[in-house]
Amino acid sequence: MPETPVLTLRGISKRFGAVQALSGFDLEVHSGEVVALVGDNGAGKSTAVKAIAGVNPPDEGVIEWEGRPVSINRPHDAQNLGIATVYQDLALCDNLDVVANLFLGRELRRFGVLDEVRMDKRSRQLLDTLSIRIPSVRIPVASLSGGQRQTVAIARSLIGEPKVVILDEPTAALGVEQTAEVLDLVERLRDRGLGTILISHNMVDVMAVADRIAVMRLGRNNGFFDKRATTTEEIISAITGATESAVTRRQARKREEER
Amino acid sequence: MSRDRGPDASAQEPAPDAVPAVDTRLLVREEGLKGYLTEFRRKMRSGELGSLPVVIAVIIIWTVFGSLDSTFLSAQNLSDLSQQIVGTGMIAVGIVFVLLLGEIDLSVGSVSGLCAALFAVLNVLNGMNEWLALLVALAGGAAVGLIHGFFFAKVGVPAFVVTLAGNLAWNGLMLQVLGTSGTVNIPGESIVSKLYSTIFHSPAAAYVTAAVGVGLFLAASLLDARRRRAARVPFRPVAEIVLRTVVIAAIAFAAAYILNQYRGLPLALLIFLILLVVLDFVLRRTTYGRQIFAVGGNIEGARRAGISVPFIRMTVFMVAGTMAAAGGIFLAGQIQSASQTSGGGNLLMNVIAAAVIGGTSLFGGRGSVWSALLGALVIGSIQSGMNIMGVSNAVQFMITGSVLLAAVVVDSLSRRTQKAAGRA
Repeated sequence: MPETPVLTLRGISKRFGAVQALSGFDLEVHSGEVVALVGDNGAGKSTAVKAIAGVNPPDEGVIEWEGRPVSINRPHDAQNLGIATVYQDLALCDNLDVVANLFLGRELRRFGVLDEVRMDKRSRQLLDTLSIRIPSVRIPVASLSGGQRQTVAIARSLIGEPKVVILDEPTAALGVEQTAEVLDLVERLRDRGLGTILISHNMVDVMAVADRIAVMRLGRNNGFFDKRATTTEEIISAITGATESAVTRRQARKREEER
Repeated sequence: MSRDRGPDASAQEPAPDAVPAVDTRLLVREEGLKGYLTEFRRKMRSGELGSLPVVIAVIIIWTVFGSLDSTFLSAQNLSDLSQQIVGTGMIAVGIVFVLLLGEIDLSVGSVSGLCAALFAVLNVLNGMNEWLALLVALAGGAAVGLIHGFFFAKVGVPAFVVTLAGNLAWNGLMLQVLGTSGTVNIPGESIVSKLYSTIFHSPAAAYVTAAVGVGLFLAASLLDARRRRAARVPFRPVAEIVLRTVVIAAIAFAAAYILNQYRGLPLALLIFLILLVVLDFVLRRTTYGRQIFAVGGNIEGARRAGISVPFIRMTVFMVAGTMAAAGGIFLAGQIQSASQTSGGGNLLMNVIAAAVIGGTSLFGGRGSVWSALLGALVIGSIQSGMNIMGVSNAVQFMITGSVLLAAVVVDSLSRRTQKAAGRA
């Protein structure tokens, strides 16, 4: 793609004691595209996400934001740049209602007092534009279904108007219909011009919404695929390492030429 | 861009019917009082009991003791009761804050005794200015809370162990402060005695207080409804606001009437009520209060939202310490002395019982400062009733213990029902 990627990772490495969790990892995310990050357990997906989100800063490598090199050392840095992360455990407060959860840590105030009316209104607008259906914005999150909780968590990440959203296994614990709801929401994020990094184990989900697919294997890149020009089989063999030589070399060569 | 999505390609565009379509399962409040009643029934079924059990408990206790001995419901006894519950209630407010985090503070009894002793020794024995001594005592409570909070939040020692150690240590410090004197009598003209015993004899005082309270509630409710209506978000219908106001007015003016039948409005009760209104506002309407609930609900969620969990924990323990000091001062004013037994006995059990009986959950994240008032009223009523009937301490302890257990059972059962109804 011609325009500058909103987020670029180059040669990211991270070592935990004796384990080289990431070595020379590259990734590009453009505005308005969904990049799926796939790989087997322990391939380094979580480590890569934590490096972007500022939870575990990388040992080596360059992170560029809209073409400028930046350093992300704390979760706060990532948030300030405009990177929002929705973790698998969602981190919602069950005892608080939907509005309180959406604005947690970013409450709107009026004369120093919580402005419930404005938060209520903005919550409804946000949920409407994302076509999220929940019973009421004033019930505790505990009473929502798994899919609804996931959509609330994603909606919460949008309150800060980010440019890149990272979704960690958003459909892992969901049923068929709820998964469809979340995937619809992922498409709406793309329509809003956000760059989305989707981490998933589920090839059907990945093929349904992703524009590009980055495969990881043993802490390294193992190929980038364009959704339109690939098949599930090809990706699965990249994940398992069955095509170690062919795909990786070809992709690596192509990317060298692009630079 | 290709939008081929394979098997679930049916929902290609953001489904246009998704927004307006009304899902029949959604909870839509019906208009007017009927909607209010259905909502109330739904809440009861799903285990959101709120303060209903404790209100029923007060009614039962008052009916039982009132029928056994008519002096229990006399204006004099109820007026005295309203004064006696203030000390316990103040300490229980601090416990409510700690319980909202899902933690416990076992030191508040000792801390209340320590701070009362601090005041007595500084003011009565060493002649320090009484306001300054009062301030030092309150600051002492806050400092103790800060120490607890530090070991809990920064070092990572479980709160119940920190405060259990504190319970013993602060009791020791109190004995040290009192020294050889053992008991320090607080003169009747001291500010601490006056805080407890001052009574506004004019009937107008109680009625004006009731009227101001009800008026503020009505005005705040109406203003909120108007802003909500203007912003086109759901608002309370006027009928519901009027109904709530009428209930509150009935309780407030009945209380004022009973107080005026005897001597009038006690200053201690007025201070307690103002404190409850202020702290309720802090918990429900400020960012700080919202953060306390968030930490009580999901620590990791709160941390990811950028809330400083250690800060919240330390300040909440400071609130508990300060409220323990304030309660201790009122208890000292009640008996007009600070002695080696101050803050001992079953005070700790009573304040924890008061907070839990009032409806604040032991599991964190659910509760209100008003439960301190309601719970202290239950505990105080039982004690007062049994004192009138001449029941021995032994039996009193057993009954109070049973009531605490009953309250925790109600809390646990309602939590289970809430889980079953998908609300916890």
